[in-house]
Amino acid sequence: MMGELGKINFATVWLSGCSGCHMSFLDQDEQILDLAQKIQLVYSPLMDAKIFPENVDVTVVEGAIGNEEQLNLIKKIRKHTKILIAIGDCAVTGNMVTLRNALDDGAGAILKRAYIETATKNPQIPNDVPKLLERARPLNEVIKVDYFIPGCPPSAHLIKYVLTEIISGRTPNMEGKAKYG
Amino acid sequence: MKPEDILRIAREETEKQGFYKYRINICCSSGCLPFGALNLLKAFENAVKKFGVESECKVARAGCPGTCSVGPVVLLEPGGYIYQNVTPEKAREIVKSHIVAGIPVKEYLYANEAFFKKQLRLVLRNAGKINPMRIEDYIAAGGYQALIKCLTKMTPKEVIDEITASGLRGRGGAGFPTGQKWNFVAREKNTPKYVVANLDEGDPGVFANRTLAEADPHSIIEGMIISAYAVGAEQGYIYVRAEYPLAVNTLREALRQAKAMNLIGENILESGFNFNIELRLGAGAFIAGEETGILASIEGRRATPRPRPPYPATSGLWGKPTLINNVETLANVPPIILNGGDWFAKIGTPKCTGTKCFSLTGKVNNPGLIEVPMGITLREVIFEIGGGILRGRKFKAVLVGGPSGGCLPESMLGLPIDYESLTKAGAIMGSGGIVVIDDTACMVDTAWFFTDFCVDESCGKCVPCRVGLLKIRNILERIMKGEGKMDDIDLLEELGVYVRDASLCGLGQTAPNPTLTTLRYFRDEYVAHISEKRCPAGKCFKEQASLEVKE
Amino acid sequence: MSVSSVVKIKIDGVEVTAYEGDTILSAAKRASIYIPTLCYLDGLSSYGGCRLCIVEVKGSPKLFPSCTTPVSNGMEIITNSERLRKFRKLTLGLILSEKPHICSICVANGHCELQDLAKEFGVDHLRVEREWTAHKIDLTHDFLVIDHNRCILCARCIRACDEIEGVHVLDMKMRGKDSQVIVDMDEDWASSRSCTSCRKCARVCPVGAIYVRDKPFSEIKDKEMAKFILSRRGL
Repeated sequence: MMGELGKINFATVWLSGCSGCHMSFLDQDEQILDLAQKIQLVYSPLMDAKIFPENVDVTVVEGAIGNEEQLNLIKKIRKHTKILIAIGDCAVTGNMVTLRNALDDGAGAILKRAYIETATKNPQIPNDVPKLLERARPLNEVIKVDYFIPGCPPSAHLIKYVLTEIISGRTPNMEGKAKYG
Repeated sequence: MKPEDILRIAREETEKQGFYKYRINICCSSGCLPFGALNLLKAFENAVKKFGVESECKVARAGCPGTCSVGPVVLLEPGGYIYQNVTPEKAREIVKSHIVAGIPVKEYLYANEAFFKKQLRLVLRNAGKINPMRIEDYIAAGGYQALIKCLTKMTPKEVIDEITASGLRGRGGAGFPTGQKWNFVAREKNTPKYVVANLDEGDPGVFANRTLAEADPHSIIEGMIISAYAVGAEQGYIYVRAEYPLAVNTLREALRQAKAMNLIGENILESGFNFNIELRLGAGAFIAGEETGILASIEGRRATPRPRPPYPATSGLWGKPTLINNVETLANVPPIILNGGDWFAKIGTPKCTGTKCFSLTGKVNNPGLIEVPMGITLREVIFEIGGGILRGRKFKAVLVGGPSGGCLPESMLGLPIDYESLTKAGAIMGSGGIVVIDDTACMVDTAWFFTDFCVDESCGKCVPCRVGLLKIRNILERIMKGEGKMDDIDLLEELGVYVRDASLCGLGQTAPNPTLTTLRYFRDEYVAHISEKRCPAGKCFKEQASLEVKE
Repeated sequence: MSVSSVVKIKIDGVEVTAYEGDTILSAAKRASIYIPTLCYLDGLSSYGGCRLCIVEVKGSPKLFPSCTTPVSNGMEIITNSERLRKFRKLTLGLILSEKPHICSICVANGHCELQDLAKEFGVDHLRVEREWTAHKIDLTHDFLVIDHNRCILCARCIRACDEIEGVHVLDMKMRGKDSQVIVDMDEDWASSRSCTSCRKCARVCPVGAIYVRDKPFSEIKDKEMAKFILSRRGL
């Protein structure tokens, strides 16, 4: 599992989530330097890459699948990634992104709430953004996920542990660590 | 009343019935009533009057002889002639030809002799032959003589020994040795003790217990009194589904008549033994048929099972020792007492003695209620008694044991019907339901149907049954819609084993059987649904197919 | 205890002295052997519903809930096999997927027994799709709230209401997946005249289904307080 300069190709993706998991990822503070020794960041909201590359070794995905663009993207990511890690409750269980699933026409209901009912000026539902899926879904309902790091957000410590284990070719043991919320 | 009085009634009634040369029994069970059985009863009475043969021909209502698919049916004795699909017009013809002229009307006769050939009717010994509303009929047929024998000649221990020697096992499904169960209750010091007869038959397509209660209620009551005598109980409950109104009425009338003859109540037949029976009606929950669920329901609580041990034998109704038997088990008791345990032990197989009633339904030519000796093969039941598959189609599977039974394929047709063989094959004896499935059925759909029933009937107390079954059903649904993944097969198997092993009561422990057995014997159908999006039987994906055409 | 009531059993290979009337769980507890529980609570009657405390007993293919199974002489018990761990993990995953349990917006977050158990067993994702039916939230009572979206149907509240407070306000309606805890004859909590507003239901709820409004959750779920209330049983 070696890419350029003996490092693995590493990507992070932000779907329907609050970016809290990315924050927590960065919260590793100086320990992230250890990680940086081993990875080559190829795609991430933290950098300016427009297209998800091929031949990625490890991809960390934050957020649930909420719209059509994300649905297509996650399928593409799965195709081009060796190891896919769902990070955070949104990616793992859907978290509150999936709260709308309990409503009839949940997607319509939240759009109406956000853009019509609570708008102060010129209420209208935008039509130039990707269409919301009828139901938001966690990653493993759509694609195969290799590892899960639950938490809202997962602690920096846990993220570091799981990534270190995986990059070193070991299987992380989640007993006593996988805390939702 | 004394024992002699009962014997005198038997003599007198036999003598009275002997005056008649013919006896016309009109089945007035739940199967034939909707087809106008009561009108038919009148029609026969009128016809007999019209042809002036009242003195030599007795017309009586009766229970079900088993051929429910061709109702209304009429059993004409002597000779055991069964007329099928009888109408008032045919009734006149039958009386005219058969009774007056002595020539049976061939074209109206039930022609499938094979239906009865391999049957052995012990439990259903009187079904269709006696009037269930008259205790005298039962007594004339040898009824309550076993009770008299117990009360006058046997100690409770001897009664239990006789049952133990017979090898009788619980007919409610689990097959626990009856003698052993009675012994457990008998040796308890705590009093009062209770006996409960379980008639909460809730499986779809199963009607054996109902038919028994409608056709011969006293066989249940007699068995129950004997069991109470054996274990030392003074109060009994018959728990019947409220959805069985005719069975309830029949039992109520039977209890009234038995009480009037001092067969239940204080100082039964002047033996010093007291025993009362009350009816308790269920409120429509399948789970109330579970041993501990029934107890909760009788006590007036929600019918939810509780973990065992402690077993009802030590702590049952209101914490007292309680004996619970299925009504079919109880109906076996009088013949065992009269003929001896050794006689009974010779019937069936060495480990599984006696007979078993089955409700044979589905795609067979002769559906109905049958009673066969244990150890008979499925092939004999389906192809000889059942007369093969309807409309000449191909046999595909047979579901044995009700909604939580197992789907067995053609290769298992040689399987002898007994508790152990069925369990080994992934099925159960259960409530005695046999549903025959032909090649038009999709096995994923079949598994879904029965799982869905169990999801509805789960009491919700324990997690595996409440949630696990629901998820199994949802995954099956997904596969039928063409959204299944290959991993789903493993997941179904894992969940199935989990629900089977970790559930609290018999419902959850057996409910995954249809799924597990179809996975075991018809895995290719699952694979076809998932990987090829194709239903081998052409049942699923119909919606999608029509959508594609539109496009 | 008289000598005759001593029962010798083995738990995970260790000889343990138990007494007649002990359950496997109580015997294990005394011997400091851990068995996970969820619907069980000291001081309440045993329910046997959650199936987390299931154990294997040598000589039987069946699994036994340790909270209800009485000990008997010579019993050999295994509390932590591969199969049991797998089943417990499945149980927790199934409970989590039955209702929209979203820890991050739950009042019990950080004080939830279900959350703790999921962590302990490493239930890091849901293997089956979640049910998305919306359930009722009863906000009518002055300060007690029941949110059925979070209820795991463990019946602790029902037992506490009946056995400790002695009023039996709470009970269960329907069956199977439709089971729901109800107040009196399925009425709004505010209209209940039998409820004494004692809050015991909130104290014993292992998750965030019943809680006291405007109270810090750590205070409601104070385990010592719950123990105190339960120890008053019978007084």
